[in-house]
Amino acid sequence: MIPAEPVLEVEDLAVRFTRRGEQPTRAVDGVSFSVAPGETVGLVGESGCGKSVTSLAVMGLLPRRGVEVSGSVRFQGQELVGAPDSQLRRLRGADMAMVFQDPLSSLNPTVPIGTQVTEVLLEHRDMSKKEAVDEAAALLDKVGIPDPRRRLKEYPHQLSGGMRQRALIAMALACSPRLLIADEPTTALDVTIQAQILELLRELVVDTGTALVMITHDLGVVAGLCDRVHVMYAGKIIETADRHDLFARPRQPYTGGLLASVPRLDGGRGAPLTPIRGSARDTIPWAEGCAFAPRCDNAQDDCLTEVAGSTVSLEPDGPGRELRCRHPIQYPPSTGGATASGVLR
Amino acid sequence: MTAFGDVRRRRIDELAARAGAVPEGEGGVSLTRSAFRRLRRNPVAIIGAVIVLVFLLVAAFAPLLAPRDPLAQTLLSQIRPGSIPGAQEGFPLGVDNLGRDLLSRLIMGSRQSLMIGVVSTVLGVVVGMALGVLAGGLGGWVDTVVMRFVDIVLSIPSLLMAISISVLLGQNQYALMIAIAVTQVPIFARLLRGSMLAQRNSDYALAATALGVKKGRIIFGHVLPNSLSPVIVQGTLSLATAIIEAAALSFLGLGDPDLARPEWGAMLANAQAFLSIRPELAVYPALCIIVVALGFTLLGESLREALDPKFRR
Amino acid sequence: MTAVPASEPLLRVQGLEVHFPIKRGLVFDRTVGHVRAVDGVDLAIDRGTTYGLVGESGCGKSTLGRAVLRLVEPTAGQVVFDGTDVAALKGEQLRTMRRRMQMVFQDPLGSLDPRQNVESLLAEPLKAHGLGGGTAGIAARIRELLDAVGLPTAALRRYPHEFSGGQRQRIGIARALTLEPDLLIADEPVSALDVSVQAQVVNLLEELQERLGLTYLVIAHDLAVVRHISDVVGVMYLGSLVEQASADDLYEEPLHPYTRALMSAVPVPDPVVEAGRERILLAGDLPSPANPPSGCRFHTRCPWRQETRCDDEVPVLRELAPGRLVSCHWAEEIRDGVLRPKSPEEVAATQGVSVAPTGVETIESDALVQGIDAPIERT
Repeated sequence: MIPAEPVLEVEDLAVRFTRRGEQPTRAVDGVSFSVAPGETVGLVGESGCGKSVTSLAVMGLLPRRGVEVSGSVRFQGQELVGAPDSQLRRLRGADMAMVFQDPLSSLNPTVPIGTQVTEVLLEHRDMSKKEAVDEAAALLDKVGIPDPRRRLKEYPHQLSGGMRQRALIAMALACSPRLLIADEPTTALDVTIQAQILELLRELVVDTGTALVMITHDLGVVAGLCDRVHVMYAGKIIETADRHDLFARPRQPYTGGLLASVPRLDGGRGAPLTPIRGSARDTIPWAEGCAFAPRCDNAQDDCLTEVAGSTVSLEPDGPGRELRCRHPIQYPPSTGGATASGVLR
Repeated sequence: MTAFGDVRRRRIDELAARAGAVPEGEGGVSLTRSAFRRLRRNPVAIIGAVIVLVFLLVAAFAPLLAPRDPLAQTLLSQIRPGSIPGAQEGFPLGVDNLGRDLLSRLIMGSRQSLMIGVVSTVLGVVVGMALGVLAGGLGGWVDTVVMRFVDIVLSIPSLLMAISISVLLGQNQYALMIAIAVTQVPIFARLLRGSMLAQRNSDYALAATALGVKKGRIIFGHVLPNSLSPVIVQGTLSLATAIIEAAALSFLGLGDPDLARPEWGAMLANAQAFLSIRPELAVYPALCIIVVALGFTLLGESLREALDPKFRR
Repeated sequence: MTAVPASEPLLRVQGLEVHFPIKRGLVFDRTVGHVRAVDGVDLAIDRGTTYGLVGESGCGKSTLGRAVLRLVEPTAGQVVFDGTDVAALKGEQLRTMRRRMQMVFQDPLGSLDPRQNVESLLAEPLKAHGLGGGTAGIAARIRELLDAVGLPTAALRRYPHEFSGGQRQRIGIARALTLEPDLLIADEPVSALDVSVQAQVVNLLEELQERLGLTYLVIAHDLAVVRHISDVVGVMYLGSLVEQASADDLYEEPLHPYTRALMSAVPVPDPVVEAGRERILLAGDLPSPANPPSGCRFHTRCPWRQETRCDDEVPVLRELAPGRLVSCHWAEEIRDGVLRPKSPEEVAATQGVSVAPTGVETIESDALVQGIDAPIERT
């Protein structure tokens, strides 16, 4: 694929929460990534790793009070960090859109679906009311909602979970955005419905060339959908790779540990899983060393800043790969032959 | 002595050993204790508590604090139609229409006002909770009967209720307390019932059933203690309403007929006739009612925040 | 207690039905219909084995688990536990019986009383049944339990909110084990936990089973977890069992069209495998359990639906091969590749708008279904 100009470039993004009477917390810390048209980038991590905060910061949806955002978010060349609300509002819904985890609470319960979709159209596109209604019906049809004309008149609670998520995606697509951020869009759904939604997203990226940022904790979803994957832990990206590389040869012990700890549908019965010890609580601040060190089997003393004299940084690790680790998982050279990498920077 | 490197090596092992362990530091912070900690850190709660405490202390030591006898008509001689003497030496807030020291009356009045508020609220809470436990704990037809009864009580305007009770029990301070308590009962009964119904459907109540814990123990040992937070909050807020309501009823002449006990509501009512001559007579008791009610409200609101599960950590 | 031969399954569920009335009315509640959460399920679990029950939200799997424990009342059917029909027990007998069947809940925080510390949580069941042999005996037993689930003694004085999710689930498991039950029903035991922690709990459950000879009924929506932990797997759809087989057989060759679709929908964390997989997408959503489709309940979404039998004849769960039960009229033909699947669009077209329930009915059933099978929340 020809490397296209990225739609979104995030550089050194940091988010600090400063709640009254509490210690400020660094939810996101020095996160950089970019997404090109037609590309799907995954942000993977467990709860509390900062993946959702990253997406909210990109969309400018974090509250201004008690939150400090620094770094740079460039969308089609425009700087969004510190941009006025009016500019963000113009972009949101039109050029960049977001789909959330919980479709019910993302929709207004007192307004019919149709009104909510046409609202977006009327706001951002030059259309008459009637054209907007037609377009809304076409959108619902496109995302696979049967009988769209009737559905337009229905309220969110009258739709099933899968249909609500489709309606949300339809709203997100209303203005053919260049960037779509999906934050755990299938977590609340059953697997058969998840498969439908993932298929829909996959088609979308291929058909419209939208850049997709997929935020999830599910490695299976990543494996089937994302071109490039960023694994996050305690607010930082700790490993970046092409999806084939990542799953074939995870280098960060955390990524390796995650893959070894989930049972696989095509795995055998009984072989004990290899869990990662402790929980996401057992981290140390990045300033003191690698946050994952307390849970890591490869950890050595130089994973700690006080011993090594420097913080653990994100370094290039082969073509298209980046790694934040001093003692990564090693592979014998024979298993080398990393799969042909897809979209590279 | 171990080599320097070995000490360092232990550091990472130490970290590893701690992973998955229970959190360090002093432990066993129960919900009540952590709520109390949050309360202590909240300036609003402190302000509320200080106001309430000051009024309670004043009420408790009123006879010692009051500079004069609240009933002695010391300056009666200076009172002419259309003129009541204002603040002067020995009477920092002036006197009322009968020449009694206003400050002393306010201080002594705090006893009566606070007592009516506290007694009636406690009464309301106790009876309301009993009904709530009955309805929420037993459910079924008991629930239906109790709640319909409570609905009926709730549908009667509180003023009408108070007047009827006064008529029934004769006009005295106990009638006043009961009247206010009766209007509070439905609030607490409904609150506790709703809270208990929600908690009864919780997983931990189900877990207790599955473990073979007896029904009574589930209701009184698990469901009830976990349902109390809203009642505690509402109780504090209700103290404020009860004091205001007591004042209102006294203002309307339904209060304590014993003139030997000054009371803010009655003082307010009395001051009505002299508003144009000496508005302070109304302003000071009103201010007392407002400030003490504010104190309870601030305390109640910060209790709500402290007990809210959303703020738990 | 009646002597029951060891070869007899520990738990036998026969014709179990749980119907929840749909009530309506302002003053007097009138029953206007029923949600058939569980509608005629037969299953048996052998001693020392794990039975995995899978299905999507609203299929009735959680209700089934709760009905076995009598946490919801079965409408009909038998639950025979070690020779005793639990469904017929009353009062004190039932309470005593509960010692032998315990439950692990999905939400480890919600299932622990926030006002009890660990010591009190673990002592309560022992006290309720007058077991443990006094204060000293109870203390010793609690230490033993903490040790078994891998928690330090320091945990005793702490409260549930002070632990991480995985640790809370360990407490939940320890509490379920206090009474030395024979059967443990685990309802989504890991779905509320972080991925990296799930394996710890899965391993713990397996280890405890080996050590204590426990029998498990594991209810989960995650097929990979169920496949990992189970000996026999049952698949539920709209209140009934559509397929049952040994875990290996089921994953090797699923026979029921629904099982096939379900398995093909589970993502595998391996891009190579993902790229080579054939996905069977289903049309539409789960129909309302208040008004289930006629005939085979899956016919409205089935890619293999045939013109005959499927719409009007209820398939029975039949043994296709030893240990392989399936309720599909065309299981053999589908297995042998005689019938070809249709695309979801075709299925939707032949079924018209009846695919998804609509209107008022949906609101109610949605609310009810959510009450029965709370949606899985993973954060």
